[in-house]
Amino acid sequence: MPSQDRPQQRRVERDEVEDDVVASSETTSADLDADVDSILDEIDSVLEENAEDFVKSFVQKGGQ
Amino acid sequence: MTVRRIMGLETEYGISVPGLPNINPMTSSTMVVSAYGQHVVPGSRMHAHWDYDVESPLRDARGFDLSRAEADPSQLTDDDLGMANVILTNGSRLYVDHAHPELSTPEVTSPRDAVLWDRAGVLIMQRAMALASQLPGGPQIVLYKNNTDNKGASYGCHENYLMRRSTPFADIVRFLTPFFVTRQVYAGAGRLGVGQDGRVSAFQLSQRADFFEVEVGLETTLKRPIINTRDEPHADPERFRPLHVIVGDANLSDTATFLKTGTTAVVLAMIEEGFLRGQDWTLARPVAEIHRVSHDTSLGHELELADGRRMTALQLQGELLELARKFCARSDHADPDPQTDELLDEWERALDGLERDPFDLADRIDWVAKLALMEGFRQRDGLAWDSPRLQLIDLQYADVRPDKGLATRLEARGSLRRLFTDDEVVRAVTTPPSDTRAYFRGECMRRYPESVAAASWDSVVFDVPGRDALLRVPTLEPLRGTREHVGSLLDASPDVATLIARLSADAAG
Repeated sequence: MPSQDRPQQRRVERDEVEDDVVASSETTSADLDADVDSILDEIDSVLEENAEDFVKSFVQKGGQ
Repeated sequence: MTVRRIMGLETEYGISVPGLPNINPMTSSTMVVSAYGQHVVPGSRMHAHWDYDVESPLRDARGFDLSRAEADPSQLTDDDLGMANVILTNGSRLYVDHAHPELSTPEVTSPRDAVLWDRAGVLIMQRAMALASQLPGGPQIVLYKNNTDNKGASYGCHENYLMRRSTPFADIVRFLTPFFVTRQVYAGAGRLGVGQDGRVSAFQLSQRADFFEVEVGLETTLKRPIINTRDEPHADPERFRPLHVIVGDANLSDTATFLKTGTTAVVLAMIEEGFLRGQDWTLARPVAEIHRVSHDTSLGHELELADGRRMTALQLQGELLELARKFCARSDHADPDPQTDELLDEWERALDGLERDPFDLADRIDWVAKLALMEGFRQRDGLAWDSPRLQLIDLQYADVRPDKGLATRLEARGSLRRLFTDDEVVRAVTTPPSDTRAYFRGECMRRYPESVAAASWDSVVFDVPGRDALLRVPTLEPLRGTREHVGSLLDASPDVATLIARLSADAAG
């Protein structure tokens, strides 16, 4: 987990992340689209039905 | 003096009962809290009460007490309405506040711990929600970690930080105002809807910004101020001043909560040490600017300073970060603190990323994660900003249910970064921090649940067998009552009578 790394390790990791950014720019846009599509498909599968009614019925009393 | 400081978070959750839109939210909130209370202390006489004797919500940091006759009834939080209240073994307080279930984390000493016990709070709410629906005739209740219904109502995620009493309040106002107005660029949870009632279908950075109407004040439920002056330190008032922050959003992303609490802690340390004297980012119109910064997802808006300068939120935050780096590197702060380094690096990463391409931060900044989802749907399905489906994404991002919550789903697939494992969070549901008085409170609840009659941040009240009167043990020092301080005392006290006898002997000796 990056959060548990010591600062020095973090710097190393940031370099790796930058490498990743370079690498990902070389991947094809089709790969990226596939990832986005897979996120959207997953979200689609859990979104409540009847969005309009669901959003309308979410009414709160004020708080702090 | 770095990111380490006594702090805590208190989060009011949105609550709804699908299919029963007219149910009284106080009733459903009470069901959530009571169901959890019955679960953790089965068959108890409804758990320890909150000890209100030492609360003073009408005391104002500017130096005067607001009389009760002048106060709006919603400000009387210490007026016991007989609502459900549970003190947990992890030192948290789970209760009903106004029309929402609320969880206050135990006092912790660092931003990472604030993240951990805040997450434990979400898991507690998940369990409480499930338990309430299992009650005979219990409806399905859904909780949301958000701050508005987009129809005019807002409810808060408040941060509490303890400061030195000697810090001039004017310095706090002067430096925290521009910090809070601009902090939303990384701490905002994102919202589809502009205006308190969300009438304009546009995306903005913050859930809360549109609900702030004045610069400084005591109120929390109306005319909300950017700087809240509630002076209720829950600690020795001669030494400590509380900072009650009501301007922030409830975050789902661990990184966002870490940044929100960590950057605030560093800025407070710089204020306390007088390190910012000579700087001045006083804004010409803070209330207008907090709205504008939130409404500008391009991050290009230039704020107007009182001295005529103009700078973007990122530039202002960049100046604060640069000063924070110098401050934390000073030779009299020789002890290296990995968490402070982590915070400074994460802050820099956020500001750099937001400058370059915010979508690089979709794995750690809530508003970016939410906006990325919406943009994905817009492109794929050709949705307009007023599409109910996009509004549903805004709402469901904060759904606390593990199978339904979009932030939770993003975390599960590795698209939203976590700072703690499931095991660590589960452990924090029942375990208090070891390094504050929350340890004493939580351990007393775990070891002697039948004998704790009441508790509060700064007291535990015992019902000792054989004694007629209740016995209050004050806990005014946030850094006493730690495991180091009372761990062996508790271990040597199989029952509360022994504990009290030993505490009395200590006091006499």
